[in-house]
Amino acid sequence: MAGQEVHMRVWRGDVTGGEFKDYRLTTGEGMVVLDVIHAIQATQAGDLAVRWNCKAGKCGSCSAEVNGKPRLMCMTRMNTFQPGETITVAPIKAFPIIRDLVTDVSFNFEKAKSIPPFKPKPKEADGTRRMFQEDIDLVQEFHKCIECFLCQNVCHVIRDHEENKKAFAGPRLFVRLAALEMHPLDTNDRMDFIKQKAGLGLCNITKCCTEVCPEHIHITDNAIIPLKERIVDRYYDPVARILGLFKTGTKDK
Amino acid sequence: MAEEKYETHEYDVIVIGAGGAGLRAAIEASAQGVRTALVCKSLLGKAHTVMAEGGIAAAMGNVYPEDNWKVHFRDTMRGGKLLNNWRMAQIHAEESPERVLELEEWGALFDRTQEGLILQRDFGGHRYARLAHVGDRTGLEMIRTLQQHAVHKGLDVYMECNLQRLLTDGGRISGAFGYWRESGKFILFKCKAVVLATGGGGKAWKVTSNSWEYTGDGVTMATDVGADLMDMEFIQFHPTGMVWPPSVRGILVTEGVRGDGGTLKNTEGNRFMFNYIPDFFRAETADTEKEADAWYEDKRNNRRTPDLLPRDEVARAINSEVKAGRGTAHGGVFLDIASRRPADYIQRRLPSMYHQFKELADVDITKEPMEVGPTCHYCMGGVRVDADSTATTVPGLFAAGEVAAGLHGANRLGGNSLSDLLVFGRRAGLYAAQYVKSFSGNASVNNDQVENYARELLAPFEAKGGENPYTLHQELQDCMQNLVGIIRVDSELRQALEKIAELKQRLRNVTVEGHRQYNPGWHLALDLHSLLSFAMAATVAAIERKESRGGHTRDDYPNPDPKFAKVNVVIRKTKEGLSVTQEPLPEIPEELKKLLEEQK
Repeated sequence: MAGQEVHMRVWRGDVTGGEFKDYRLTTGEGMVVLDVIHAIQATQAGDLAVRWNCKAGKCGSCSAEVNGKPRLMCMTRMNTFQPGETITVAPIKAFPIIRDLVTDVSFNFEKAKSIPPFKPKPKEADGTRRMFQEDIDLVQEFHKCIECFLCQNVCHVIRDHEENKKAFAGPRLFVRLAALEMHPLDTNDRMDFIKQKAGLGLCNITKCCTEVCPEHIHITDNAIIPLKERIVDRYYDPVARILGLFKTGTKDK
Repeated sequence: MAEEKYETHEYDVIVIGAGGAGLRAAIEASAQGVRTALVCKSLLGKAHTVMAEGGIAAAMGNVYPEDNWKVHFRDTMRGGKLLNNWRMAQIHAEESPERVLELEEWGALFDRTQEGLILQRDFGGHRYARLAHVGDRTGLEMIRTLQQHAVHKGLDVYMECNLQRLLTDGGRISGAFGYWRESGKFILFKCKAVVLATGGGGKAWKVTSNSWEYTGDGVTMATDVGADLMDMEFIQFHPTGMVWPPSVRGILVTEGVRGDGGTLKNTEGNRFMFNYIPDFFRAETADTEKEADAWYEDKRNNRRTPDLLPRDEVARAINSEVKAGRGTAHGGVFLDIASRRPADYIQRRLPSMYHQFKELADVDITKEPMEVGPTCHYCMGGVRVDADSTATTVPGLFAAGEVAAGLHGANRLGGNSLSDLLVFGRRAGLYAAQYVKSFSGNASVNNDQVENYARELLAPFEAKGGENPYTLHQELQDCMQNLVGIIRVDSELRQALEKIAELKQRLRNVTVEGHRQYNPGWHLALDLHSLLSFAMAATVAAIERKESRGGHTRDDYPNPDPKFAKVNVVIRKTKEGLSVTQEPLPEIPEELKKLLEEQK
């Protein structure tokens, strides 16, 4: 698509309302959507608001809905579109608009504050911390999260139900909770929090979060479902609860 | 009164910047019991630390028990061409293991050795495998751990808040002034101490690994209130940035690729680094491919591969190969790990590199070589600080991380940045808190100063000149890239000075459209003030140092000069303009000097 004219439709507006505006420009070799947004800024709309930082899929700042699909703009190549295709770029929907492509994602930071913190067990007798790679592989997968909040954006529980935000933390925070719960050194107990405050029960495992994760974290299978099992073990099933003590990966409390 | 007119907050310590250094400083200051706020331009967790790939250098000795702080000290000093502040290099080498282990106490999960300890990886200029890491996303692990720790400690964080000016009272720090990006409204902080943790000014160059944030804010704010700058001529061009396609040019390719067995090749298929071993490193560098390859497994009987010479050496070598016509059509060289390591090893060790090349360049790094070339990466120079306390020459002003000068001398070793952030970030928080506790006076905010700043910041909305801030930025980037790049020469440096002066004039005529709410055009117009000051200082210092050393190579003075081995170039703002002086390096104690000479 290099050297071709593209037709972009970019949402412009703020909390009071807005509309898609048309921009036409010529693309260069290898460009991603974020490059095109920057080119619009530099030549046609200096005040077009967009968040970005690393431009390499590592910081999770430039989330948007490109042709309706939640994407990192920096990792969406222009040559993945058909020649002549109009490309629409809109802010992610689940969060309140600030301006243009920038939304108010403070929900995620507020929820993060409420999570019971990491509480490590005492060190080994020789003063070290010994953990084995196979015991941390899964938690390291969770630590790959770049906080782009695309999973939050597509989660039905909050995308279309503002009222649920109060009682629901969302997939990003479930990944964080799973990382803490499965951390080999951690001793804190978050089961009540996960059940009562984070609202894990509201998740009906449609896997939309997993599908959009740019880091390919198995959010549903590796984080959410095991957390649900732990909740069941703890609160609903005395037999499973006893058996659960012998499962690998179950933490000493 | 400014306090009534603008949103005002009062703290003991304000930390500006929330990368590794800022987060660590704020955690420490807060732990010392002083009222602390952390203020950052982006959302929390998005600072450039998040992009650091390779690891944190710390002589823990988990892989090679013979490693210790003395060896790390020696490597750091030699990597910096002995221009480092010896005391900073000593503190850094001594304290970094403790800082890494502390991250583990706060929940970080580093890759493990067979014995269950933190695994350490090879990197350029380090004698032993020394970098604690998590695949090739160590910075993400570090920033997230610090971020979560800070949040759980209840630290006050002001996100997307851009502080642009420092306030002083009788020469002491009394506050900081800036704006909220979201609303464009001004915000005033009254405080007794400020910790600058703002990073460098890499966005002044065109081919750069730096994001929009690295506009030299800290350096500019510090000089504007009278602080000294040092070593501004030393800019690190990381040898391996992406070169193709053009839209990704400059994005970093971790040194971990070479640490894990990758090698540089020219278009003739030769491992050219063997032709570029400088005398300074000859005794410790392998001179055959056989020895270089054996070194990965056995460091006791083999010397380090020249692929892992310090970054300044490798960047210059790539530059020379391309100039000699042995580069790729896109102006890079090949970095090959595909033919040297199994695909599953590459995917496990370098997952984000695999992903990055696959998605952005259609290259499968387990099957084909990467195309790489130098990219502006890091500023060794910055604000001059006291080695132990990170205090600048302005009372109440502290600086840590990339914004501070001294630790890295003329060239930084890979892995020494993340450790720098932790070691000196902590010290900045600690000593800023001590300063606050021992300062009994009253630092008050000067209304006229605030009003002047407010007018300056709003000027782009009033100006009628019609200059486009994006155009000015591009012209600056072209200027620095072409005239103050890897290889410098007096005539071009002077040309750059003229261009920067011209751009400073034109900045007054920059006009921005729209209103104050989240307006990137306005933000860039304001950032240009600091970008230009940073570029000016870097260029002036580059003219002054008439020799080649580390991240400063002069075509007209191609060799190191013993005279310049003994001095730092120091810049300060005076009424007449910038003053440039050569000031003697602190004398290194005898017992440490011996460590540098030992070749074993």
